[in-house]
Amino acid sequence: MWVWFHKLGSPPYFYRFSTIVLPWLAVLTLILFSVGVVWGLYIAPSDYQQSETSRIMYVHVPASMFSMSIYMVMAMASAVTLIWRIKLADLVASASAPIGAAYTFIALITGSLWGRTMWGNTYWEWSDPRLMSELILFFLYLGYMALNSAYEDRRRAARAAAVLALVGVVNIPIIHYSVEWWTSLHQGSTTRGTQFAATIDPSMRYPLFVMMGAFAMLYAQLLLKYTRCLLLDGERNNAWVKEMVKQHAA
Amino acid sequence: MSTPASPTSLETLNLRCERGDRTLFEGLNFQVAAGQLLQIEGANGSGKTTLLRTLCGLFESTAGNINWCGQSIHADPASYHAQLSYIGHLPGIKLELSPRENLAFSQGLRGQSISQNDLLNALDAIGLYGFEDTPCRHLSAGQRRRVALARLILDKSQLWILDEPFTALDRAGNQRLSELLAAHLLQGGLVVLTSHQPVILQDVAINRLALE
Amino acid sequence: MRHALLILLKRDLLLAFRHPNDLVNPLIFFLIVVSLFPMGLKPDSQFLPMMGSAVIWVAALLASMLSLDNLFRSDMEDGTLEQIGLLPWPLSALVTIKVLVHWLVTGIPIVIMAPLLGMMFNIPPEGIRALMLTLLLGTPVLSLIGAIGVALTVSLRRGGVLVSLLVLPLYIPVLIFGAGSVWDASLGLAIRGPVLFMGAILVLALTLAPLAIAGALRISLE
Repeated sequence: MWVWFHKLGSPPYFYRFSTIVLPWLAVLTLILFSVGVVWGLYIAPSDYQQSETSRIMYVHVPASMFSMSIYMVMAMASAVTLIWRIKLADLVASASAPIGAAYTFIALITGSLWGRTMWGNTYWEWSDPRLMSELILFFLYLGYMALNSAYEDRRRAARAAAVLALVGVVNIPIIHYSVEWWTSLHQGSTTRGTQFAATIDPSMRYPLFVMMGAFAMLYAQLLLKYTRCLLLDGERNNAWVKEMVKQHAA
Repeated sequence: MSTPASPTSLETLNLRCERGDRTLFEGLNFQVAAGQLLQIEGANGSGKTTLLRTLCGLFESTAGNINWCGQSIHADPASYHAQLSYIGHLPGIKLELSPRENLAFSQGLRGQSISQNDLLNALDAIGLYGFEDTPCRHLSAGQRRRVALARLILDKSQLWILDEPFTALDRAGNQRLSELLAAHLLQGGLVVLTSHQPVILQDVAINRLALE
Repeated sequence: MRHALLILLKRDLLLAFRHPNDLVNPLIFFLIVVSLFPMGLKPDSQFLPMMGSAVIWVAALLASMLSLDNLFRSDMEDGTLEQIGLLPWPLSALVTIKVLVHWLVTGIPIVIMAPLLGMMFNIPPEGIRALMLTLLLGTPVLSLIGAIGVALTVSLRRGGVLVSLLVLPLYIPVLIFGAGSVWDASLGLAIRGPVLFMGAILVLALTLAPLAIAGALRISLE
């Protein structure tokens, strides 16, 4: 396992590996999404309290769940970048950021649409701790991407952004707790999300799991694709890239 | 600080540095022993400054090692830095402070207590007599460089790494710096420097290294 | 090493006092921003005391962040930062001193000015006490976190706005606990919990931020 990881860290090997894996991932993602969407939106029963709007959870819950996990992946890859100076780890972190930001954005939009039916006529409720945490997470992603693109030298950008990602990951639990405390000051904070997912009926839980799988696979696929792009860009002066381009041209 | 077992020397093993996409140099091997001066030559952009900064430990090489007295400089950076004086492109002096204050602070930061007498002597030796208490803001570029060079006298470190030390100096300043270098080498010091003009020192052989 | 740290403290304080404008400007900024908010409301607005704690905290946060810009920049530009990076002492200890100086010259004056501004907002005495206490605990955290952002961007030419993108989201917990405690205290509620939590954040920032600042500076020095 360890040896395999080590091999995966070498750019040409990673490139070949991803070429093989990507089509399979694409098929898997497509299947999971088709099954999840049809099951969740048409077959599964609607929540008797919230009616049809509850179906938005099949997008909201996976998106918000992975928006946080992707930041963790980014932070771990950043730690690897700083400690072992593995180029590929930096690329994984850099490629994760826009995907994570997109997931966070989806979670924010769907959360506010879902919330609208529960809060009455407002699209945004400051007293919802989960939406607040998502919003701050979105800011963290934006800051990371801004710093990452501000440096012209790739190596320095990688290390500077890695420091920021680690600082961010230390802050996430603090942010989370502070937001919880803050919203508890206001009366009637609405709880949804994980708690909701844990108590729901199996007939709704299984399609939710399928959608979670779909979002995970989508992330894996986008991550591999984007990492490949960054890799080719970064290694464009290296022999194996030139060789490959020549082969493609022939 | 423990005295190293190996003789005083600075050596690089297979050093390679990159900046952005470009490899500045690779496979660089050289050794500077006590009493030797190494002049690094090369066109603009050939990586002279990067090499000096790498030797200081400010820039991280992509491959290879730098050894000080047989030990990697990253093994014990504190004791390496205690024996190193670096003067870069920027003089590293505060314009708001006078030469006297600048030197007092830079010596204090290194953990050396210094008498006012030594301080004034150093400023005198580098040709700044009469300017001790003028804010550096009002000094010329050459005089500011002299303030930086006065640190060399006070630091008493073994290894000097100097980036274009002759820049902005007039003929008298040139002369003083040359004397300073010669004296340092005679006492068994080491010097690595870059310079566009030929460095001529009495009784001292100069090693040259060209970067392409 | 202690001697060297004291020298750095003395040097930075001396440099700060040689630029009295840079010392006073953040405080004037603080004052102006705080006074702007009531002007954006109706003169007799009953929201004033409610807003006070938030407005003063946000203004303190901005003043602290803007004044951080020069923390490493001038040292970077004249090469003294390079020399500091080559000292035989841990860089994290040296940067802690620099952050301490920043807090002494901006954080402390903000804490001292706050009660005056609190009274302008009709915050009750309990609230003002909480305001001073939370600012005292919170402003060092602002300086420490802000210094990470500044250290990460000091070698970039367009640092200014970028720093705020990096730093402001990280300031949010301090803002929430700080302003929230003042609000609670004004209502006569106990604020022991959030204040202790702010103390914990300060301890955490004091232990971890210097490492991050030193690491970031090494990258900027390359």
